Amino acid sequence: MAMITADPQDVPKVDSFSFTPEYMAKVNEVIANYPPGRQASAVIGVLDLAQRQFGWLPRVAMDEVARILEMAPIRVYEIATFYTMFQLKPKGRYLLQVCTTTPCWLRGSDAVMKACQEAADGTTFSVQEVECLGACVNAPVVQINDDFYEDLDAASTRRVLDAFRRGETPKPGPQVNRQTSAPEGGPTTLKGE
Amino acid sequence: MLADKDRIFTNLYGFHDWRLEGARARGAWDNTKAILDKGPDAIVEEMKKSGLRGRGGAGFPTGLKWSFMPKQVGDRPHYLVVNADESEPGTCKDRDILRHDPHLLVEGCLVAGFAMRAHAAYIYVRGEFYNEAVHLNEAIKEAYAAGLLGENACGSGWKFDVYVHRGAGAYICGEETALLESLEGKKGMPRLKPPFPAGAGLYGCPSTVNNVESIAVAPTIMRRGASWFAGIGRPNNTGTKVFCISGHVNKPCNVEEEMSIPLKELIERHAGGVRGGWDNLLAVIPGGSSTPMLPKSICDTVLMDFDALKEQQSGLGTAAVIVMDKSTDVIKAIARLAYFYKHESCGQCTPCREGLGWVWRVMERMVTGNARVEEIDALYDVTKQIEGHTICALADGAAWPVQGLIRHFRPLMEERIRMRTQKLAAE
Repeated sequence: MAMITADPQDVPKVDSFSFTPEYMAKVNEVIANYPPGRQASAVIGVLDLAQRQFGWLPRVAMDEVARILEMAPIRVYEIATFYTMFQLKPKGRYLLQVCTTTPCWLRGSDAVMKACQEAADGTTFSVQEVECLGACVNAPVVQINDDFYEDLDAASTRRVLDAFRRGETPKPGPQVNRQTSAPEGGPTTLKGE
Repeated sequence: MLADKDRIFTNLYGFHDWRLEGARARGAWDNTKAILDKGPDAIVEEMKKSGLRGRGGAGFPTGLKWSFMPKQVGDRPHYLVVNADESEPGTCKDRDILRHDPHLLVEGCLVAGFAMRAHAAYIYVRGEFYNEAVHLNEAIKEAYAAGLLGENACGSGWKFDVYVHRGAGAYICGEETALLESLEGKKGMPRLKPPFPAGAGLYGCPSTVNNVESIAVAPTIMRRGASWFAGIGRPNNTGTKVFCISGHVNKPCNVEEEMSIPLKELIERHAGGVRGGWDNLLAVIPGGSSTPMLPKSICDTVLMDFDALKEQQSGLGTAAVIVMDKSTDVIKAIARLAYFYKHESCGQCTPCREGLGWVWRVMERMVTGNARVEEIDALYDVTKQIEGHTICALADGAAWPVQGLIRHFRPLMEERIRMRTQKLAAE
C-alpha cells in the first residue's frame, strides 16, 4: 500500500493559501464538469490546480479546497494522501519521477535512476521512484514535471538534466532516433500513406 | 499480417495531424448521424455480432455489456465512463489513442453513449498523462465547435456531452468500481458487487465502464460492419488489437495487428526480434504484468488471443507483451512486480493488504536464495489463498505472476536456494 505522509516536523509552516483569480477561473471550470451537488468529484482536479499554483500541497491549501468544494477537510486529506501525484512537501524545480517497474527495469532503469539520484539536489531536481508510467515500449522513462522523457540511458539522462540545468527545455519524448511508439528505424506498418 | 486498409488506428504513431481536420481525412466522424439513426438497439446488436471483447484486460464481450443497461431511462440519468487510467505494467496503447487519434475515442463515446441512452460520458485519464489529456480536451473542444457534440450531436437530435476527468496516480483506479469512487471524489477503493455499475454506478446511476480501445473501435465497426470485424482473427477472438511489445526486443513498439497472430510472428515481424535471436528468449509475459509468464517452449507456437493464452494458464489481458531474454534474472523481474502490487494495493481487503506485502518480502528472499525449498510451496499456497478472496481482481493479478514463476521456473528457484546454502557452508 502506498503510504504518503508528510512529517509535520519536516514541512515548512504555511499560514494561508488562496487561489489567484486566474487559477480560480480554472477551479470553476473543473467544478462545472460535474452535475450540481456533485462538486466533490472535482477534488482531484482542484487539488492539482492548488499544487500547480503553490508548487506543493500544504495543509492550508487542502483546507481551502475543502471549503470551496463543501467537503469535510478529512475527506480532502484522504485524497491528498491516497494519490501518489500529490506532493505534501516542497520539491525541487524539476521533479524527476523515475519509473523502475519491470518493463523499465528490464531495459536499464537502474542506471537512469542512478543518474537522476546523482543530480538530485533538492532545489533544482528532486527525484522520486514511481510505478509504471504507461510508456513501456519507450522504456526506460522519466517523467519530468508534465513531460515524459523516453528511451533513456545513463548518458542521455545526464544530457537531458544538464539541459534543464542550463535553463533549456529539452525536447520530450524518445531520446533516440524514433517516432513516438513506432519501432526504431521506421514503422513496419502504415507505410503507405 | 493485417493489411493497412484494415487498420483502425491509422495515426497510431502520430505521423499525421491528430486534430479534427486530420481525423476526418482518415475517416473519423464520417456520417456519424447515419450510425445513430439505426437506433440504440441496432447498435448494440451490431456490436454483439462483431464479437468485440473488452480491450481493458478481462475480455468481456462489449456488446453484451452494453445490453445490461436499462432499456428505458428512469429518473436517474445513464452514464458512459471510459477507462483511460492505463497503468498495467507493459501497457501503453491507450496513450497512443489519446494523443494521436483522440477523435476516434470521442466519436466512440457518442456512439456508445447513444447506444446506452446516456447523455454524458466521463473519460478518466490517468494523471500522469497530462499531455495526452491536453490533446483529448482539444479534440472535444473541436467536436463541440463543429456540432459533433452538444445539444444536437451530429444533427441526430441527441444531446451528448463528453468530459475529461484526470486522475492523480493510483493503479487501482483502473478497476471499474474504484474508478467510479475516484470519479465521485473519493479514495479509489473498489466497491463490492452487486450492485453492478449497470444498475448503480456513477452517482448511483446506471453506468457502463469501458476501456479506451473498446470504445474507440466502435465507430469503425459500425461503419464497416460487424462481419468485417468478425472476419479478422479466430472465432470468439475477433478483430484487430493494439499490441505493446516491450522488454528485451531489438525494437520495442506498439502495433495494431490481427487478433490471434502467433506471438513469435508478432515479435519478429514488428519488434525486430528478441535481442540475440529467438533462441536467446527466456520467457514472455503475454498480456501485461498480471498475466502469468510463458517459457520459451510455449512462446514458440502460442497464438495471441484470449482463448489460446487461457489454454496455457495465462491470458491476453491488455496484450502487453513483455519479453525477457536469457540474461534476465526472472525471479527479480517478478519480485519487482510483487513490489508494484504491494505498493498499489488500496488496503481495503486484508488478504491483499497484508498478503501482498508478505509475498513481496518472500520474493525478495527468493531473489537472493535466502529461503528454504519448502517456502516455495508456502509462497504458492499463500498466493492461492489471496486469489479470489478480495473485493477486486488486483490481488488475483498480483498472485498470478508469482504462480506463473513457480509453475515454470521452480528448478531455478530451488537452484538459487541451494547455491546460497552451499556458499554459506563453504565459508
